[in-house]
Amino acid sequence: MTEMLRVSMSTHRADVTPGTPDRSVRQGASVELLDLHRHFGATRALDGMSLVIEPGELVSLLGPSGCGKTTALRVLAGFDVPDSGKVLVDGRDIGRVPSQDRDMGMVFQSYSLFPNMDARDNVAFGLRMRGVKKGERRRRAAELLEMVGLIKEARKYPHQLSGGQQQRVALARALAIEPRVLLLDEPLSALDAKVRVQLREQIRALQTRLQTTTVFVTHDQEEALSISDRVCVMRSGRIEQVDVPSLLYARPATPFVAEFVGTMNRIPARATSSGVVVLGRQVPVRGSFRVALGSTVDVLVRPEELTISAVGVGTGVVMGKTFFGAVTRLAVLLDGAVTVQVDKSTADAASIDPGAAVELGVLATEVMVAEPEGERWTR
Amino acid sequence: MVVPVVAADTALRRDGDTSAGGRSASLSWRRIRAWRGIVLGLTGIFFLLPLYAALRFALENNLGHLTLAAFSAIPHTTGFIPAFLLSVRLAAVTMAITMALIVPTTIYVHVKYPKLLVAFDAITFLPVGIPPIVLIIGVLQSAPFVLKSTPYLLALEYVILAMPFAYRSLDAGLRAIELKTLVDASRSLGGSWLATLWRVIVPNLRSAFLSAMILTLALVFGEFTMASLDLYTTLPVWVVNTDSITAHVSVAVSFLSLALTWVLLLALSSVDRRRFARRALIVEGT
Repeated sequence: MTEMLRVSMSTHRADVTPGTPDRSVRQGASVELLDLHRHFGATRALDGMSLVIEPGELVSLLGPSGCGKTTALRVLAGFDVPDSGKVLVDGRDIGRVPSQDRDMGMVFQSYSLFPNMDARDNVAFGLRMRGVKKGERRRRAAELLEMVGLIKEARKYPHQLSGGQQQRVALARALAIEPRVLLLDEPLSALDAKVRVQLREQIRALQTRLQTTTVFVTHDQEEALSISDRVCVMRSGRIEQVDVPSLLYARPATPFVAEFVGTMNRIPARATSSGVVVLGRQVPVRGSFRVALGSTVDVLVRPEELTISAVGVGTGVVMGKTFFGAVTRLAVLLDGAVTVQVDKSTADAASIDPGAAVELGVLATEVMVAEPEGERWTR
Repeated sequence: MVVPVVAADTALRRDGDTSAGGRSASLSWRRIRAWRGIVLGLTGIFFLLPLYAALRFALENNLGHLTLAAFSAIPHTTGFIPAFLLSVRLAAVTMAITMALIVPTTIYVHVKYPKLLVAFDAITFLPVGIPPIVLIIGVLQSAPFVLKSTPYLLALEYVILAMPFAYRSLDAGLRAIELKTLVDASRSLGGSWLATLWRVIVPNLRSAFLSAMILTLALVFGEFTMASLDLYTTLPVWVVNTDSITAHVSVAVSFLSLALTWVLLLALSSVDRRRFARRALIVEGT
């Protein structure tokens, strides 16, 4: 699959409402990753990755560990050199441009603040490297710290700040240089759940306000789906799908994406000439697959695409219930020791207790056939 | 280590645990504490007894009276000042060359070739195993001609000798910081290699530098074999030579040399600690 990602960005600190695009910002450069290959020994970290990101867009690179997302980010930042392929910024090949000349701000997973500098000096570091005078860089550092809500902590050293505060300072530091592209390498991974949600919302608000083109690397699908304009799902150095979050969830291009994004059930079905028979219902199949007629395959069905009803004698038994507020998830054991998850409104699920015999049905108008465990289908 | 033991012991007694198990645990803790005391005491005696003997010898005159005569005679004893100044000069040059060579090399290997660290580690150990005479011949063969008839030749030999200690101090310091991330962060913000080294890495290695320098200093002020073989009268050589003439003065100098190293170590570490304390105070005040 060959896709291109165009990135452009611009930054500005005009006093506008957070989350509202600032129209006075300069439009940044476009960035294209073209057919990138990067091998580490026998491991293919990037295997022909190509991508284009739109100006001012926030694109997440999402995938399991080792899928190449961080390598792609490091190649874009100039910390790593691809074996082949190009990185274009504004149409210009920046392959030979050293990292310090790329004008790309980066926030790292591990707290990367300089321990010998306080928050203000950390934020001002990039400006200092650009020869900005002391008074001006202090003023701008104060503006940035104000923007991330840490002006009172300006004179504190990294070891005196919490993890969330350190990452906000790191974000301010990356934005202070008005980067052409903002690169976020799993910046929320080391934070606790509450701070993670707060900070990701803050990142999104700032990004929308500054219209900074942003590449966000994460293995957390919730993070990716909640803040991205588009999500790029990667696997084994290749792009599986690039799409807006809603389409990624509703119309996954591959079984891998379907299983990786959101919760997905694997339910045994029988292949027929017009699709599959799953839970007693004939359902068309999306995408192509080749199996012998009448053979058994696993199909992918989301928890909300299943119906459940309590019956005297059913094909399944409720094994457990998990309360999620308005929705309750029921774990149902089917014949053949297959457990599936079914989402019901909490009100409807109240009458179904663990141990109850139930009958499941399929609501989905079409299903995908899952890749057999441990195999990968070529597309 | 003592505090938890005392706390546990106190807790047991406060709880009024008079059961057989409680008494047994209490007895066991007392035994552990007693053994700790014995081991610490024996170690202390092992290190402090010779120092006490040296101090006592330096302070006693031939009649067995305590006097500071040996100490006050040090500056006036023949050859002391030149030997001391030579050692100071050699220490300064050795520290400068060691820092200039080892610091960038160690950082470079850590950042660019971390897989080579094992090999680098082994290489830096070589001076410990190679006989001094072999090192001297090696340095003599490769040293610039202009240095061959000067005592600074010794400094080059000391640089090799100090390498295992200086490298290990810096290596420990570098492992304690997130070097790769800090370098990447600095580079992404526009920092050149030099700026990254000077403004980001070096300030975060201050303790490692101090440690490396003190170890180098201690080595120069204590090394005898090479200086003796090279026929230069450094402080340790002077101490040995003077021992046969005025043993009290010689021992007094040895004692002072050791004390000086300790004082320097304490002073440097306390300066470092005060710097952090001041930084914390500034923050508290804002």
